[in-house]
Amino acid sequence: MSKNKQSGFFANYTQLLIPLIAIIILVIFNLFRDPSFFSVSLASNNNGQPVLQGNLISILNGASELVILAMGMTLVTAASGGQDISVGALAAIAGSVFVKVLKGGASISPFTVILAVILCCAVAMIFGSFNGMLVSVFGIQPMIATLILFTCGRSIAYWINGGATPTVESPIINAIGSFIPGIPVPTPILIVILTGILFCVLFRLTTLRLYIQSVGINQRAARLNGINYVGIKLLAFMILGACCAVAGVIGVSRLSLINHETLLINIEMDAILAVAIGGNSLGGGKFRMLGSVLGAYAIQMLTITLYAMKVPSTDVKAYKAVVIIILVVMGSPVVKEAFDRRLKKYRDKHQTLTGKEAA
Amino acid sequence: MKAPEKNLSQRRREPITDTQLLLTITICIFVFMYVMAMVVWGGGFLKPQMLFDLLNDNAFLIIISCGLTIVMITGSIDISVGGVTALVAMTGVMILNGSLRPFNRIEAALGLSEGSRIVFALLAALLIGLAYGLVQGYLIAYLEIQPFIITLAGMFFARGMITIISVDPQKAPQSLMNILQTRIDIPFLGSPNKKGVMIPARMEIGVVIALIIVVLVFILLRRMQLGRHFYAVGGNRQSALMLGVNVRRTRFMAHLICGILAGIAGFVFMMHTGAGNATNATAAEMNAIASSIIGGTLLTGGVGNVVGTLFGVLTLSTIKSIVTTSGLRDPWWQSITTGAMLCFFILLQSVVLMRRHTGNKKS
Repeated sequence: MSKNKQSGFFANYTQLLIPLIAIIILVIFNLFRDPSFFSVSLASNNNGQPVLQGNLISILNGASELVILAMGMTLVTAASGGQDISVGALAAIAGSVFVKVLKGGASISPFTVILAVILCCAVAMIFGSFNGMLVSVFGIQPMIATLILFTCGRSIAYWINGGATPTVESPIINAIGSFIPGIPVPTPILIVILTGILFCVLFRLTTLRLYIQSVGINQRAARLNGINYVGIKLLAFMILGACCAVAGVIGVSRLSLINHETLLINIEMDAILAVAIGGNSLGGGKFRMLGSVLGAYAIQMLTITLYAMKVPSTDVKAYKAVVIIILVVMGSPVVKEAFDRRLKKYRDKHQTLTGKEAA
Repeated sequence: MKAPEKNLSQRRREPITDTQLLLTITICIFVFMYVMAMVVWGGGFLKPQMLFDLLNDNAFLIIISCGLTIVMITGSIDISVGGVTALVAMTGVMILNGSLRPFNRIEAALGLSEGSRIVFALLAALLIGLAYGLVQGYLIAYLEIQPFIITLAGMFFARGMITIISVDPQKAPQSLMNILQTRIDIPFLGSPNKKGVMIPARMEIGVVIALIIVVLVFILLRRMQLGRHFYAVGGNRQSALMLGVNVRRTRFMAHLICGILAGIAGFVFMMHTGAGNATNATAAEMNAIASSIIGGTLLTGGVGNVVGTLFGVLTLSTIKSIVTTSGLRDPWWQSITTGAMLCFFILLQSVVLMRRHTGNKKS
């Protein structure tokens, strides 16, 4: 009886097992390699403010954009059963709008920054709803629908700034990109926490989670139950658009400049990977946002570990691929089944042996 | 509803299938677009060489797209093809210019001439493609892992391997490139140049390879059991299983063929450019997916046609050359127009299919 209960308990969390195992393996590996890998120290930066430093902080900080995008991607994946491959391009557009608005004003004040953030969120949500409309109203597969923006998004970003890569210098932008004076934790981490809390509140207070899952599991059944599936899909894409805008703003603020070609390049693949490593089905339906978040951190930790091992940045991809394949093979249902069967056989054998001894 | 095609209606009174309808739309649009370009811009578009240039530049894309069409018909996806093409091109070029160390040892041991390097480059291309097909096919079909993840990892691996084997761009020696870049002259399709001398239309060997592959894949999909199984598995995996189709083996074969075709595409790419570079064939996988879609293949599987894919590649490349000819010189216009045209095609297909299906329900 108790055994059943236990398996039920694990079944609830089994989805989180793969990203957790990945993180634990990486942590152990790093501790063996360099015991001081995760040490965090309090230092002061150029301006004399106290800041936290260390590999752990750089992992958490560097993964910020990826985590935010992975959260939005989870919703889109769950609702539409497909992936948005235009997130990087959309973030570049949002970043361009952000810089364009800041450059438009005479000086950069907190007011203009807030205005710029709101405007770029709005633009990104409009583009997101364009994707969402293609998917929900016209019934086009998400990957195809977002292929359009993937193809031309970065060019639109280029066009917004008239073919230049302008820079924005301001203490406020620095505060968004690195540290708020007086707070030792990097701001992107705070933004991630804030986004996470927002999503939690959203799921607590509204029926969004249930609706998205039901649309993802069976669209027709959801419609027969009175759920506006077109609206839900559209909403998922618009939320992802807002996430893209936030990620774009962080990305721009880090460097204080917008480069449409390199801003969050290839991040769409990492975001989808984070969703998949988090154990969410890429075919839609049930989802667990915590899984995607852990998956995103696992990816970032892998990258930082490889960098720490002095692997050239161009070669990182190959090693990443090997680790990904090992991970997904471990998580594959067929392999799990075979492993379970072997374990059971071993257990039976063991039990008969002990039984004989007892007799 | 529109009346079905004449030949078809004479034989059997059967409505035109989704595959045929999408194929017809694609071909009509390509012809319409090309004729319009001829009328509006004339010049280059009036010369047959323009069409051959499109083929020469995109021979590798046609081959990739053929493989991708097969994979997409089975309801799967492969985004590693661009990476494989680039990896094969890099390996091939390095074999040709003799900077791949393990190969040099083999060559020295056997005492081979320089010309035989081409054969080895081709062998390496096929081997890499085969290895990719085998591994990815096994992981996707037999271990039932999501194809997107596996092929994404495959793409990462290929792109990473390129920089591991050589960070610097490589160039094939001119003597060997002269052999590889042999062109086939077609005198009767030639056009006079500025001095009034007739220049024959030129076609590269890669185009011949690509067209042969299109024909082979067409026969495979239409006339062979395996091809019918691809459609069955893509249409509905459960019913295919019930009908006794070996679903796993079929999916495995699709990925295997796609991998080998990506290898061949890499060799063709190398024949065309003669250079190995880390950024070779960037976003080729997305162009190939787009071409297949324009050609009427659905990502959900079960619907698709390789002839449509060929026209899809031509349509996509015609759009690009129209943009450059029409004088929109700013760098962003090419991809913005490509995106807009893609949007138009995707919407058109979806609307046509939607109207059709609602029409069927009513009747």
